[in-house]
This record gives sequence, C-alpha cells and structure tokens, in this order.
Amino acid sequence: MPAKGWIQVNDLYCKGCELCVAACPPKVLALNMERLTPKGYHPVHIVKDGCTGCAICALVCPDAAITVYREVTKAAVPVAAGG
Amino acid sequence: MATLMVPENLVYERPRSFTDAPTHYCPGCTHGVAHRLIAEVLDEMGLAERTIGVAPVGCAVFAYNYFDTDFVEAAHGRAPAMATGIKRVLPDSIVFTYQGDGDLASIGMGEIVHAAARGENITVFFINNANYGMTGGQMAPTTLPGMKTTSSPDGRDVETQGYPIRMAEMLATLDGAAYVVRRSLHDPANIRKAKKAIRIAFEVQDRKLGFSMVELLSTCPSNWNLSPVESLKWLEEHMIPFFPLGDYKVAPAVAELKI
Ligand SMILES: Cc1ncc(C[n+]2csc(CCOP(=O)(O)OP(=O)(O)O)c2C)c(N)n1
Ligand code: SF4
Ligand code: SF4
Repeated sequence: MPAKGWIQVNDLYCKGCELCVAACPPKVLALNMERLTPKGYHPVHIVKDGCTGCAICALVCPDAAITVYREVTKAAVPVAAGG
Repeated sequence: MATLMVPENLVYERPRSFTDAPTHYCPGCTHGVAHRLIAEVLDEMGLAERTIGVAPVGCAVFAYNYFDTDFVEAAHGRAPAMATGIKRVLPDSIVFTYQGDGDLASIGMGEIVHAAARGENITVFFINNANYGMTGGQMAPTTLPGMKTTSSPDGRDVETQGYPIRMAEMLATLDGAAYVVRRSLHDPANIRKAKKAIRIAFEVQDRKLGFSMVELLSTCPSNWNLSPVESLKWLEEHMIPFFPLGDYKVAPAVAELKI
C-alpha cells in the first residue's frame, strides 16, 4: 500500500499558480473554485485519495505555501522534520 | 485526515529562514523557488544568524522583506560591490547577493566581473529570466536571439542588438572565481540540483575558498505572456539549449569538498 500523505495549504501564501497541480505525481491536486484567498486567488486543495506525502508539490511551490505530512508506519524510524 | 497532521508525520514545512511575509512575485514566478531554496539551505547549515543578503533593483528588490536574515539594498547593479565591502569588514559573516539579469549582466556588468576577478569571498545568486521583469519585460543582455520583448517587438535582431551574454561561462574564465555553475528551476529534479549547488556555494564561502556564483534559469510568466506551467516548458525548450546547464568552474579545493 502506498504511503498515506496529506498536505496543508496556507491561504496567506497560495497564489493558485497550479505548478503543484501539474507536478503532483498521483495527480490529486486542483484549485478550489469555491473559495478565494484573502488576496483573491483560488487556493489549491486535495481532491481525491492517493497523496503519498512525496512533497514534490512543496518542492515546486514558489510561495512556500505547502506543509506536507506522511504517515509514519510502525516499522519505519521517524525522520527529522523539515530537513 | 486531520489525524495525519501531527509533528511526527511532518515531511516539509516553510523554511525558518523566511519571514511570515507573502511575496509580491507574480503567481508561478520561479523567483519564489530560488528564494525558498536559499532559505532551506540557510536552515540546513544554520547560517541565518550570521547571513547578510544584498538585494538588487529588479523584481527581487523587496527580497529583504522575505528572508529572516540581515539585509541591505544596493543601487542597481552594485550588489557585488556592496557585498565586497560588507564581507571585508565582517569576514565571518555569510554575504550573498541576489540579482536579476538586467541588474547583474547589464548595468552591473562591471561590478560582477571585478568582484569575481578579485576572488571576493561572496556568493552570488544570478536569476536569468531572459528579460527585465520589473519594468515590463524589456530586452536584457540574456534575451534570446529572435525573442520578442517589449523593446524588441519583432524579436531580438542580433545584427543590431547584439548577442546574448552567457555569464557563467564568462566569469568562469576568471582566476578569482572558485565555483561558477548554471542550474534551472523548471522541474523537481532540476530544483533539487539547484539546491545542491546553492549549498555548495555557501560551503565555498564559509570555508573561505573564494567567489561563488549559481546562475539559475528562471521563469517570468507575466512578461513572457505564458501561464506558469507553460513557462516551465518554454524555459526548458528555449533557454536551456542556449544556456546549457553545468559546472563552469570548480576550483580544485572546491572539488575536494565532501557535502
Ligand atoms: C539606475 C537605474 N536604472 C534603471 C532602473 C530601472 N530598472 C528597474 S528594474 C530594472 C531591470 C530589472 O531586470 P532584472 O535585473 O533582469 O530583474 P527581474 O526584474 O527580471 O527579476 C531596470 C532597468 C533603475 N531602477 N535604476
Ligand atoms: S504551487 Fe504553491 S502557490 Fe502555486 S497553486 Fe500550488 S500551493 Fe498555490
Ligand atoms: S514580472 Fe516576471 S520576474 Fe517579476 S515577479 Fe512577475 S513573473 Fe516574476
């Protein structure tokens, strides 16, 4: 089973540029057309299952808007957060 | 999914060397990626406390608002001269400039060439987006032959407007330069390579090995009149053939670094 991940997108920073949408390997991201950020952008959100917590979205995000989580399996030793 | 959002599951978070300020860059502009990589490396090396950035004139003019380090603002093109002075007075600080191609390769050509020739122990991040972003997309010394800009509306004509300048290759010829490379910000693999180069450049300075410059090919979606995603493709297809990625100068002492 692929690792289970989740992202949190900060409305203060996301500009709806869609670079993360294009880069996400399992293609689980899309702009949220129902919401606007304080700056007036549609922010990104997860729209389906399949996020693995690979952090490629965060790697391409020009606005450091994304925080990435990945479920630590019992066997794995937790890695230090944030590099 | 809220259960996943616990500290022990954290894989990536906004770098600590950033302030909380959102940037003024256009959506999808890779200036932001360059900023983020620099901040991540400052975090990893624990350098923020003794780092002094030098901001340029250009879209990155407000860089001092985004890094949680000391910062000064230089006159247009003069960042390497200012960095020289700061580094000589405070030799144990880490001093970097962050400059666009108009700032570095046009009005500031003299400063950068001589800083490299003197082997100043500073680090330069050179953002090459093939135009003057801030002022509305005019032709820069890096504008590609035939490329349309607001001041070359029929495309850059090399007969009358000259040829683009490859800064990394040019500075690599100078004996004072210790580490001069070109990387690109257009996809995850290249972003990782760019970060590695930024790390090496700071290591070079920290070990007093001499002048370091990382040229980063970067997008300007607003002035290229492309979407952010299309801009990445345009960069890959048009800029990389003209500005090949690679290591142009790696002094022997730098080659020995184990990082
Ligand atoms: C002495 C002086 N000359 C000209 C200008 C106008 N000017 C502002 S930014 C800029 C060029 C910016 O282009 P670049 O360095 O490529 O950075 P970018 O905006 O693309 O990141 C120019 C010519 C100025 N501010 N000061
Ligand atoms: S890359 Fe960043 S700024 Fe762009 S849409 Fe994704 S989260 Fe938002
Ligand atoms: S004008 Fe171009 S370089 Fe400047 S912030 Fe916008 S996209 Fe980036």
